Amino acid sequence: MTEEIIIAGFGGQGVLSMGKILAYSGVMQNQEVSWMPSYGPEMRGGTANVTVILSDERISSPVINLFDTAIILNQQSLDKFEKSVKPGGTLLYDPNGITRHPVRTDINIYKVEAAEEAAKMDSAKTYNMIVLGSFLKVKPIIKLENIQKGLEKSLPTRHHKLIPMNLLAVERGMLVLQTVHTV
Amino acid sequence: MKELKLMKGNEAIAEAAIRAGADAYFGYPITPQSEILEYLMMEKPHERTGMVVLQAESEVAAINMVYGGAACGKKVLTSSSSPGISLKQEGISYIAGAELPCVIVNVVRGGPGLGTIQPSQSDYFQSVKGGGHGDYRLLVLAPASVQEMADHVGLGFDLAFKYRNPVLILSDGVIGQMMEKVELAEQTPRLSNEELAEKYPWATLGKRDGEPRHIITSLELESSKQEIHNLKLQAKYKRMNEEEVRYEAIQCDDAEYLMVAFGSSARIAQKVVSMAREKGIKVGLLRPITLYPFPSEIIHKLAGQVKGILSVEMNAGQMIEDVKLAVCGKVKVEHFGRYGGMIPTPTEVFNALEQKIIGG
Repeated sequence: MTEEIIIAGFGGQGVLSMGKILAYSGVMQNQEVSWMPSYGPEMRGGTANVTVILSDERISSPVINLFDTAIILNQQSLDKFEKSVKPGGTLLYDPNGITRHPVRTDINIYKVEAAEEAAKMDSAKTYNMIVLGSFLKVKPIIKLENIQKGLEKSLPTRHHKLIPMNLLAVERGMLVLQTVHTV
Repeated sequence: MKELKLMKGNEAIAEAAIRAGADAYFGYPITPQSEILEYLMMEKPHERTGMVVLQAESEVAAINMVYGGAACGKKVLTSSSSPGISLKQEGISYIAGAELPCVIVNVVRGGPGLGTIQPSQSDYFQSVKGGGHGDYRLLVLAPASVQEMADHVGLGFDLAFKYRNPVLILSDGVIGQMMEKVELAEQTPRLSNEELAEKYPWATLGKRDGEPRHIITSLELESSKQEIHNLKLQAKYKRMNEEEVRYEAIQCDDAEYLMVAFGSSARIAQKVVSMAREKGIKVGLLRPITLYPFPSEIIHKLAGQVKGILSVEMNAGQMIEDVKLAVCGKVKVEHFGRYGGMIPTPTEVFNALEQKIIGG
């Protein structure tokens, strides 16, 4: 199994940390992982993205141009990466703030109202975990217990009290996933 | 059992330096390698091993602190990115001239000038052909994974002390910024001054009775003596060429076409090997791990087997000159690269391979 994922959105949405939790969770189930961020000026208020690869085999290139899954959290990223999903692949997006929706018919498209759900949970910080939950509903490549272990590894100890809330958000994300189009 | 961690390449360098028993790190921050200094400051290695970590006032100061530390036989290192490495060149030349061991890390970004903060391999010439003034060479290691970022620190110190020569780890923004699994080596203890004096009699730790003075210098005003020094250096570089060539040959045995690539380009090229093989095209990859000494012999040998060679580099064509010298006209050699911080995609490299080598 190899899953090549791009997560893209605004800096501050938790794009890089979602990728980090995925990567750590992959390590927890003995997979090979790579986490390649966009870095530099993009992190300061602009767009941010990260390529995460999980695989049972040695990973060749951490830099890729076609993805099994694109997780898209703003318009700029949708415009940039919709075309980079492999035919038959998956695009998951948050429609909040999106005016031009995805148009491809040869890929599976799902959406999650994560911003809205995070507001309902009264915590903007759960946003990326809701998205992660939706992703795992579509592609159950990581067990929830390994997500928990991944959170324990990637969060500093002083934030470990937030783990139960994060896991609730993941479960919430699994429930609120909406299917737009499947091939 | 060794410890398994998920780390950025830059963090792996820093942690590996502590575990290699380094005595000191001197540096100055610059993107995309600032995590090295940040990690060391956070980790407080003076509490773990007594290692000194110091943010110098400039890159020039940092390399001269390395010069001083190395003269005492200490395990010292510095790191920077391209513009900062240019500033260090005077010091590096002095250290090479004075025959001192140290490790220098360059996490390359695009140039020339301040250029960009994005990844590049445009410092190949500077790294393998000397860099500063005078006839000298660095031993140049090219890590292609976070694991090798860690491993090359320990290896770098071993080689630096074996040859009393500076070792350069030539990395780039991709390998520095990405996270992968890494197995860390166990802690190597730091040596005491007494142990150093015993092991490295040249070190300036105070002369013992009956010994001549320990003098570390790169200055010799008498040309006949300087020539003897140059000949000694050249003999050392020859020995490195005989003993230290390292490379990885990936699916080269039955290859009809060959790519040569180092560092992050080699990772991209490795994906291209599988893309080509899925289409039934027999492509191999030769990945130099040492860029100086360069794996000329194996490339010369493979040139007799393949129909064409593509040198894949994130620059305008630098390593290709060494590939061509190795191939010696036996077969066609072409270059493919992206510049200015742009990273080639596997598809782009595959297309270049088809157009320039397979179809051409």
